[in-house]
Amino acid sequence: MSEQRTAAVLYLDGVSVSFDGYRAIRNLSLVIEPGEMRAIIGPNGAGKTTMMDIVTGKTRPDEGDVLFDGGRHDLTKLDETAIAELGIGRKFQKPTVFESHSVADNILLALKGPRGPFASLFGWRNKLHADKIDEVLKITGLLDHRNRLAGEISHGQKQWLEIGMLLAQDPAILLVDEPVAGMTDAETEQTAALLRDINKSHTVIVVEHDMSFVRALDCKVTCLHEGSVLSEGTLDKVASDDRVIEVYLGR
Amino acid sequence: MITQYLLSRFEKTGIAFIVIVAAMAIFVPLSNLLLPASSPFHVPTHVMSLMGKYLCYAILAISLDLVWGYCGILSLGHGAFFALGGYAMGMYLMRQIGTRGVYGNPVLPDFMVFLNWKELPWFWYGFDMFPFAIIMALFAPGVLAFLFGWLTFRSRVTGVYLSIITQALTYALMLAFFRNDMGFGGNNGLTDFKDILGYSVQAQGTRATLFFLTALTLLLTYLICRWMTITSFGKVLVAVRDAESRTRFLGYRVEHYKLVAFTVSAALAGLAGALYVPQVGIINPGEFAPANSIEAVVWVAVGGRGTLVGAAVGAVLVNFAKSWFTTGALAPYWLFVLGSIFIFVTLAMPKGIVGTLKEWSGRMRAPRDESKAPVAQPAE
Repeated sequence: MSEQRTAAVLYLDGVSVSFDGYRAIRNLSLVIEPGEMRAIIGPNGAGKTTMMDIVTGKTRPDEGDVLFDGGRHDLTKLDETAIAELGIGRKFQKPTVFESHSVADNILLALKGPRGPFASLFGWRNKLHADKIDEVLKITGLLDHRNRLAGEISHGQKQWLEIGMLLAQDPAILLVDEPVAGMTDAETEQTAALLRDINKSHTVIVVEHDMSFVRALDCKVTCLHEGSVLSEGTLDKVASDDRVIEVYLGR
Repeated sequence: MITQYLLSRFEKTGIAFIVIVAAMAIFVPLSNLLLPASSPFHVPTHVMSLMGKYLCYAILAISLDLVWGYCGILSLGHGAFFALGGYAMGMYLMRQIGTRGVYGNPVLPDFMVFLNWKELPWFWYGFDMFPFAIIMALFAPGVLAFLFGWLTFRSRVTGVYLSIITQALTYALMLAFFRNDMGFGGNNGLTDFKDILGYSVQAQGTRATLFFLTALTLLLTYLICRWMTITSFGKVLVAVRDAESRTRFLGYRVEHYKLVAFTVSAALAGLAGALYVPQVGIINPGEFAPANSIEAVVWVAVGGRGTLVGAAVGAVLVNFAKSWFTTGALAPYWLFVLGSIFIFVTLAMPKGIVGTLKEWSGRMRAPRDESKAPVAQPAE
């Protein structure tokens, strides 16, 4: 599986997975080019989150190829930790931060660097990285909250904190699942700007329902339905696709 | 340098704990040895031994808090590691009896002569040497914890299931140690000790020294666990406790962290057992009883999990109450009292004594701050 087949940073081909007979993903193929920003849309149950689970190693596909970094790594053979170490970061649908740690410590734990237990006891991660942490907090607008507990900040701030943790991780690909769920319009706008900014140096895949947000991202769109790709292209092209209107956008 | 680093990061409870334990380590043995029995400040030898026993429990409680309070691993089998350490020390003490046993055999302990054994089993080799026994008191529980943890954490056994398996582990060990042909004295265990390092285990001076060493080990245990929890290692442990899969997606090998914490914790529990045995004079399979391990969990819950100091406080308080209750007419009701304490603490003070005190003092210092810290939710 290690032969060079593609230049894509992420390459899914013929991927299928079933849960108790229900085929959540059916023959899904998706190619993400390096540096690309891609929005994934689709109705509930279309397999968006399952697709992310497969890429990050939480779910193993029944069949198909999932290759990373120009086909150099077969992700179906690796676990979550190994995939994260390769450089695939993930933000969850429900913001998941370490609530009993401070905002700054959340970023500290995410910072790229040695992650073994002995490195944590004796090494690198114990030295102050205030400048790196503050840099991330500045980008995500959380600098004033750095010493608050992550459990105390607002829902929108938790979403940003989790994006900040992704930034600190500095992965090759960021998988961002519903980043603007529960955000105000102003926050949504800021998040779009933030993601466009991040996209300057990282490949970003965003799963989102909010159409105005997807429009603000201004990128190629893939619409999933029943576990496979229904339509792909610019937002205008996808949005005018009859089948997409039928199953998702509504008549 | 490391001391300075640690000192700069102690909260008040930690400093108070260090001062109190250090004071006990120095003044209790001194008052026992130097003050006349008539003095109001004299600590009688039996009281000192009882306190020494409590401090051994405090070490066990801190080691348990490291894995439960910080990493969310609710071990219901930590008594097994404590007992294994105790057996290692007991084996050394048995070998020191020499020809003074009932059968006067210079090599074989009495129970082996009684069972008609002709030679020492291989696993008793080396236990005539004190350093070897101490190393084994750390190693035997440590290796067991490592193997156990390697198998369970890698298979991602967590929560209640893990707790049940730890319970089964200590129960299985209890049954095994009850068997005569295991070679550990069967249900009588190991007892009738005479000397430790050439000094009589009954002598006042030996008892005072043992107390001093126990207090010192308690301090050391606290410092090691404190260090492990304030470094980013400890932050990862808490992250694992609160959101295990998130920690994985961040690229941490969760099972490695659990394994290190669990192994260190087991070794410390073993050390506590090794200090316990010469002070109580016996080790038998009853120490593996699941109830013992559960009691240790109650100590930590009462004192406040995730605080280290609280675990030690809880161990001493609950055991003090136990000694007080079980010596009087109230003895038959002790288990009801213990159960009630546990229920009361769980419902009314989920953070335990020390956790609740910390919260109060925090509130008094910042009365304006309305926002409440979220309650950490370790698995179970």
